[in-house]
Amino acid sequence: MAHFMYIATVFLMVAGLYIVMARGNLIKKLIGLSILQTSVYLLYIAPGKLLGGTAPILAPQYTVYSNPLPHVLILTAIVVGVATLALGLAITVRIREAYGTIEEDEIIAIEIELLKKADKLS
Amino acid sequence: MSLSAHLPVLQVVLPLVSAPIAVLFRHGGFAAGIVTGGAWAAFATAIGLWLHVAEFGTISYHMGNWAPPWGIEYRVDRLTSFVLLLVSGTAAVVLPWSRASIDREIPEELHYLYYAMFGLCLAGLLGITVTGDAFNIFVFLEISSLATYVLIAMGRNRRALAAAYRYLIMGSIGATFIVIGIGFLYLMTGTLNLADMAVRLRAVENSRPVLVALAFLTVGISLKLALFPLHQWLPNAYTYAPSAVTAFLAATATKVSVYVLIRFYYSVFGESLVFEQLPLPQFMLALSLLAMFAASFIAIFQDNLKRLFAYSSVGQIGYITLGLSFGSLTGLTGSIVHLLNHGVAKAAIFLLIGGLVLGMTKPGTVTAEPSFDRLAGLSKRMPYTSFGIVIAGLSLIGVPGTAGFISKWHLILAALEQDQFWLVAAIVVSSLLAVAYVWRFVEVAYFTPPPEDSTSVQEAPLSLLVPAWLLVTATIWFGFDTTFSVGSASDAAQQLLKAAQ
Repeated sequence: MAHFMYIATVFLMVAGLYIVMARGNLIKKLIGLSILQTSVYLLYIAPGKLLGGTAPILAPQYTVYSNPLPHVLILTAIVVGVATLALGLAITVRIREAYGTIEEDEIIAIEIELLKKADKLS
Repeated sequence: MSLSAHLPVLQVVLPLVSAPIAVLFRHGGFAAGIVTGGAWAAFATAIGLWLHVAEFGTISYHMGNWAPPWGIEYRVDRLTSFVLLLVSGTAAVVLPWSRASIDREIPEELHYLYYAMFGLCLAGLLGITVTGDAFNIFVFLEISSLATYVLIAMGRNRRALAAAYRYLIMGSIGATFIVIGIGFLYLMTGTLNLADMAVRLRAVENSRPVLVALAFLTVGISLKLALFPLHQWLPNAYTYAPSAVTAFLAATATKVSVYVLIRFYYSVFGESLVFEQLPLPQFMLALSLLAMFAASFIAIFQDNLKRLFAYSSVGQIGYITLGLSFGSLTGLTGSIVHLLNHGVAKAAIFLLIGGLVLGMTKPGTVTAEPSFDRLAGLSKRMPYTSFGIVIAGLSLIGVPGTAGFISKWHLILAALEQDQFWLVAAIVVSSLLAVAYVWRFVEVAYFTPPPEDSTSVQEAPLSLLVPAWLLVTATIWFGFDTTFSVGSASDAAQQLLKAAQ
């Protein structure tokens, strides 16, 4: 069980990446991307925790401390993840307004249709 | 402490501060002034840093006076100052140019946001370059990337939205891979400072997590720099983004990613791990050749001029990574010089195409696409624009007397050093593909009679021509006087190799 955290991390990583690649729905792709990013949070934070360790405040009764730095780093990464997700969703809304759909294959079909029409005209 | 001691941090802070100020005042003209001012200040700072580093050597700036490896360190060596000059210089030229261009391409009420995003993107790219802290690289990378996605989505065509979405997905995967790689390195060394990391890595060099970190970083950064099979986001993003954005990104975004790759290979992992123990150079050589041939070949058959030169960018990145794959001083010099030479030529081309699009568009209509059937006889209507594209195109081919020749010459020298004559042939033959796509433009613009209804097409205004021709002149200048370009590049390469041993 010592490697449980790593197995969970790798599972999330691969699952997220798979969803991004395999799904054509723009929202589902963003969900996959978020799962992928979440796996990174785990990758950083899990090794920073020591069993029985406390917050790194010097006190005579404690000798084992957890590393606080990964938490701070991941706080930044979470902000970045939220910003990416928000921007992705905003662009998805605009795509829905412009194309009337958020399915990748339907958008491609619309574009191909337009190209064919332009060919006929010229 | 005098002001000059704080140059490394001012380099990032000046453009970074200009962005929120531009948002606060919500006024297009004011935003243009403040962000352009920020970019010029950044360019002046970069010149100051370059002079300082050339004279006194590497600068190490301790953020908030916390000594590294505990605090964040900004580190400026020869390569850093060279890339800083390229990025801030391009911004300093493109921003004044974009004033007339975005009037047509972006709705008036969004102008201040365009400038704010431009400032953020510039600050991010400069930050990636100047920082000596691994996690800082990731944060700045995301600042510049998020701003880039917004800038691309501002394009008039709705395909710009799809292109921005695609870039967002692939760019975020790339950035996540980079942060995973940094995470593994942090696990193994307990430090985020690049210089400190390099020292501590020697003890654990061949352990599996370090190799995994190398793999993740290589793939993640390659996505960002559009190495051949990972370039899928690039052509649409460049084609449908506003002209000024395309010119700026083509000259800087991928180049800064190359810089990050060089930084990790030489300053963190060290030469022996990357180039001697793993088959990485062979891989990179194969992918570079693929890029040089396949991407240039695809470029020949494009109908849209912007798209053609976007594919050409993928091909030219192949030359840059080819120089890296040699693992030698000459090869590295060639790569670094090509960062500058290709960046300047490509920025010039995309600026001129931007002027061309404006000239072809009737006021009040949606911007026209620069497709070949509309370019017939262009040299009569827009002589300066057409001639500029041809000159910069010659630099892409690598004709003697242009900047492109200098970098290809160094790549050929590097191949000869290792007695790989077939590679020399490959470089020359792939340049012929560039001849083919540049010739397509020449043929249509100079040897096809203009259609009758083309009287409305006019030469681009001076405010667009002057910055573009500044860059065209630079490509010729760097083709003759190489003391700055090759001189700085070979100094940078020597410094990197010395540190890597």
